Amino acid sequence: MIMTMVQAINRALAQEMERDDRIIVLGEDVGRDGGVFRTTEGLFERFGAERVMDTPLAESGIIGASIGMTALGLRPVPEIQFMGFIYPAFNQIVSHVARLRNRTRGRFIVPLTIRTPYGAGVKALEHHSESTEALFCQIPGLTVVVPSTPYDAKGLLTASLRSDDPVIFLEPAKLYRAEKQDVPEEPFEVPLRKAAVVRQGKDLTIIAWGAMVPVVRKAAEAAEAEGVGAEIVDLRTLSPMDRETFVASVKKTGRALVVHEAPKTCGLGAEIAATIGETALLSLNAPVLRVTGQDITVPLPKSEDLYYPGPERVLRAIHRLMEY
Amino acid sequence: MIEMFDPLKGERLRVLDETGGIVAGLDPGLADAELRTIYERMVRTRAADAKALKLQRQGRLGTYPPSRGHEACQVGLASAMAGEDWLFPYFRDLGMYITLGYPLADYYHLWMGNEAGLKTPEGLNVFPIAIPVASQIPQAVGAGLAAKYRKLPIAIVTTFGDGATSEGDFHEGLNFAGVYRTPNVFFCLNNQFAISVPRARQTAAATIAQKAVAYGFPGVQVDGNDVLAVYAAAREALANARSGRGPTLIEAFTYRMGDHTTSDDAARYRSKEEVQEWELRDPLLRFRLHLAKKALWDEAYEKAVQDAAVEFVEKAVAVAEARPAAVPEDLFAFTYAAMPPELEAQLADLKAFLAEGRR
Repeated sequence: MIMTMVQAINRALAQEMERDDRIIVLGEDVGRDGGVFRTTEGLFERFGAERVMDTPLAESGIIGASIGMTALGLRPVPEIQFMGFIYPAFNQIVSHVARLRNRTRGRFIVPLTIRTPYGAGVKALEHHSESTEALFCQIPGLTVVVPSTPYDAKGLLTASLRSDDPVIFLEPAKLYRAEKQDVPEEPFEVPLRKAAVVRQGKDLTIIAWGAMVPVVRKAAEAAEAEGVGAEIVDLRTLSPMDRETFVASVKKTGRALVVHEAPKTCGLGAEIAATIGETALLSLNAPVLRVTGQDITVPLPKSEDLYYPGPERVLRAIHRLMEY
Repeated sequence: MIEMFDPLKGERLRVLDETGGIVAGLDPGLADAELRTIYERMVRTRAADAKALKLQRQGRLGTYPPSRGHEACQVGLASAMAGEDWLFPYFRDLGMYITLGYPLADYYHLWMGNEAGLKTPEGLNVFPIAIPVASQIPQAVGAGLAAKYRKLPIAIVTTFGDGATSEGDFHEGLNFAGVYRTPNVFFCLNNQFAISVPRARQTAAATIAQKAVAYGFPGVQVDGNDVLAVYAAAREALANARSGRGPTLIEAFTYRMGDHTTSDDAARYRSKEEVQEWELRDPLLRFRLHLAKKALWDEAYEKAVQDAAVEFVEKAVAVAEARPAAVPEDLFAFTYAAMPPELEAQLADLKAFLAEGRR
């Protein structure tokens, strides 16, 4: 069935809620309104107010309440309306969600999936464009997942909802309706902790995720026209990270480029570059490069393109790698 | 009974007067054996607390938040709970653990510095302590929502101090609870200090209990050094929660007799006179007077109770200290359901390092 990422997410939620009555969706505007991006459309009518809860406007309360639900065996799926508004819940996420399994030696687990749209490129208001995934990747115990296609969105979300680990499920707002794809009607999982080689190439490896995947695809096609073969690794799960897949690719191509829209300093690109340095140094023909958001506050929409990595910036970095 | 004491008028529920007599009409009607059980739990709590302090001074236990002065709150509240009810505790709840049957050895094990002490025994509905202040409050509300969803006739209790009422999570939790009418009992141990900061610096409201009014459910202030007042208020609030009549905020007006933790020196911020004044209101003393009035207490009984408490405590210490130390696997195995390759590599590296005889 041909669908957008919004529809794929909606389908995964509906099917898993149908299958498992422990799943509760809660958040701001997720019920009657169907979510501000319509990802939860129809769930309220289908499953009722007890399972699709319009909550008070309180992010810490939403995550805190979700934690408490897990104590009685439920599997809540809280939505934070935008990643820029997740910070009031940071204490609940860092101090409890991520730690409960460990600090109780497995007695209490937190099988919840926190869904939130992230990232620039939709010309939104201030605080609606952040991509702060690295903050969460620094926290042991969290699984951080980012889909880049409708297919992966459905499969990764289904896997997240079935996981016994807490998942931060970051939905690239720019891709919600950017692309339609044939997605199987029946439920299926795309495994967590597995990156995917989404384009084959022999000359360099580009590692990206979420909304940056279509951007690096465009750059790779332009490079192809110039005779340069770019392999693309879509990381998909950012933490715990599948290092093997991109290290194997870099060992083959000898060059690596990391592209992310988060700021450069202490971004995930640094961890990826360090991993390549630790494990594939002698395979490298050039230093690992990064194309990222700037180390500045995400600008308002009029200047967004100056911040956001586009295909041309990626192509310039490809040239630098090949000319090194 | 709760509705009889309006927190907006500064009214406070008290069952026992200073001499251990019952205020007319408020006797919760406990049987003699139940009264004695409550007293025995209070004595055990005080003994276990004193032992923890001693162990800390001897370097056998880490930083510890003493409970002395809170025995009426802790034992009164927990004694009113039923087996299926849940507790979302804060970090100064020793008497609740003892009353609910949480092994004291586990409790000591935690404060000795091992996470294994937080592994609540199966069948016991005690969530692990919350050290980030007030963060347990919205969690307790979530458990309340789950109980409602599952149609379980249970109550969810959460405890916190007066300082916690300044946190956003207090507001968010109580606000949620009011909106959804969850089966929660919010129990504030107002012990007048959040480390050094006095209650008056936490809120301009005359009482903490009156905050419930704005959330749309009842609040009541009780004498937190009167175990029967705590018990009576808790019993009613718990029954309301279990039967779908919604949440209650109970403010127990009490005093922290010890330091905030063993790293604190309360003499820096409060007077000797003030502490001495509260010593006279010792919750054990008042309840003992009550038992004596009912001919349920004498010196021989006291000695038997104290001896039993010492035995209970010493046994727990021995068990806790005999526990094996954590091994590297314990530290790595519970971060995720299945260990990711990076953690496996780090664990292997740590074990190789230790195998080299290094520390």
